[in-house]
Amino acid sequence: MSKTQVNMTVNGKAVEAAVEPRTLLIHFLREQLNLTGSHIGCDTSHCGACTVDLNGKSVKSCTMFVGQAEGAEITTIEGIAQEDGALHAVQEAFRQHHGLQCGFCTPGMITRAWRLLQENPAPTEEEIRYGISGNLCRCTGYQNIVRAIQAAAADLSVKEAAE
Amino acid sequence: MISAEFDYHRPGTLDQAIGLLSEHEGSAFVLAGGHSLIPMMKLRLATPEHLVDIQDIDELSGITVSERMIEIGATVTQSDLIASGELFDACPILRETALQIADPQIRNVGTVGGNVANGDPGNDLPAIMQLLDAEYVLQGGGRMRAVKARAFYESAFFTVRDEGEILTTIRIPVPPSGHGHSYQKQKRKVGDYATAAAGVILTLSDETCTSASVALTNVADTPLWAQAAADALVGTDLGARAINEAVDAARAITEPASDGRGPADYRTHVAGIMVQRAILTAKSRAA
Repeated sequence: MSKTQVNMTVNGKAVEAAVEPRTLLIHFLREQLNLTGSHIGCDTSHCGACTVDLNGKSVKSCTMFVGQAEGAEITTIEGIAQEDGALHAVQEAFRQHHGLQCGFCTPGMITRAWRLLQENPAPTEEEIRYGISGNLCRCTGYQNIVRAIQAAAADLSVKEAAE
Repeated sequence: MISAEFDYHRPGTLDQAIGLLSEHEGSAFVLAGGHSLIPMMKLRLATPEHLVDIQDIDELSGITVSERMIEIGATVTQSDLIASGELFDACPILRETALQIADPQIRNVGTVGGNVANGDPGNDLPAIMQLLDAEYVLQGGGRMRAVKARAFYESAFFTVRDEGEILTTIRIPVPPSGHGHSYQKQKRKVGDYATAAAGVILTLSDETCTSASVALTNVADTPLWAQAAADALVGTDLGARAINEAVDAARAITEPASDGRGPADYRTHVAGIMVQRAILTAKSRAA
């Protein structure tokens, strides 16, 4: 079986590699690019811990072969903070509102919430819960996760109004 | 989990894709979103030696709505279905159903073509396609043919599609304007397949039902088009008696498995409840 050549942009950087076609995107990110922020939880596309952003959409990187992401623009949790290291409003809100307990689901939660607030900048609580329904928190800390996303939405709208 | 090895192909045209399937006949699978196929490959329930990824084939990616016909390309995703305003205006049950499939991330990748083609009885869109009397366009093996959704499914994961064929397009006759619709799905949690689900479309004239179609998801090896249930509604005022007859007729054709979603008789019972709710909701929406 031949290796396949892949090119993609990950967190703004061009990446090129020869990979076995059966390599999953999550394994490529974690093991070849050493971007270990995205987690492998269930490995069956249920839990959302592996969520990354691909061409402007949230996807589960455990259920995608790396070849399918050829040419894509990918953002992982490592690409969400600003270049100077300052936290993004969603990250800051998760910190302020304790939107995590053990933290295992957090990279997926934040990556999904970051995209959700671009799709819908002023979601209702119900829209937030529906929007993150592909992300499981087995500490069941959803209450604070939802609060954090509400706070981030408010913070982002204030920042936008100021610009 | 790691799948068995395979060679990955990403053709740019339909002809190339069909050529690859023919060249590697019996060992090549079509890959669209992969959200059914990849889990099967990880479990090694599927071990294709070649994957033909059809995502770059432009002619498979569009939605067109004309006066009489809706055409949906195979690689249109569930999210695309939800986002299309003109599709919603013409046939709102498609959005209502797509919103009940899996979760946001999976809907961004999972395709309509894959959902209807792979023959998983848990998938939601096959019953909807039977409900709407859709047909699937299949190309490959030197021919092009159209097969009605009502004649496509043979048993779980077995359909009339040959291995050398690609399901390219889904054609749906536009339902009558003013029709009422509903897809009711009971599931244990977000992302689950249905314990039982039912779709209904119907039309009313002077409070009398003038046409109806009913279909069921995940209560047999295949989706079920419940013709007798629909017949029990046409010509009635959709009162309690007609609805009970339709529910009984729908329950009579179910053959669900007993599994984690419940014992078979429970799932048959739930199927009836879903039919009842879908009729009442469709009735309330019909103009």
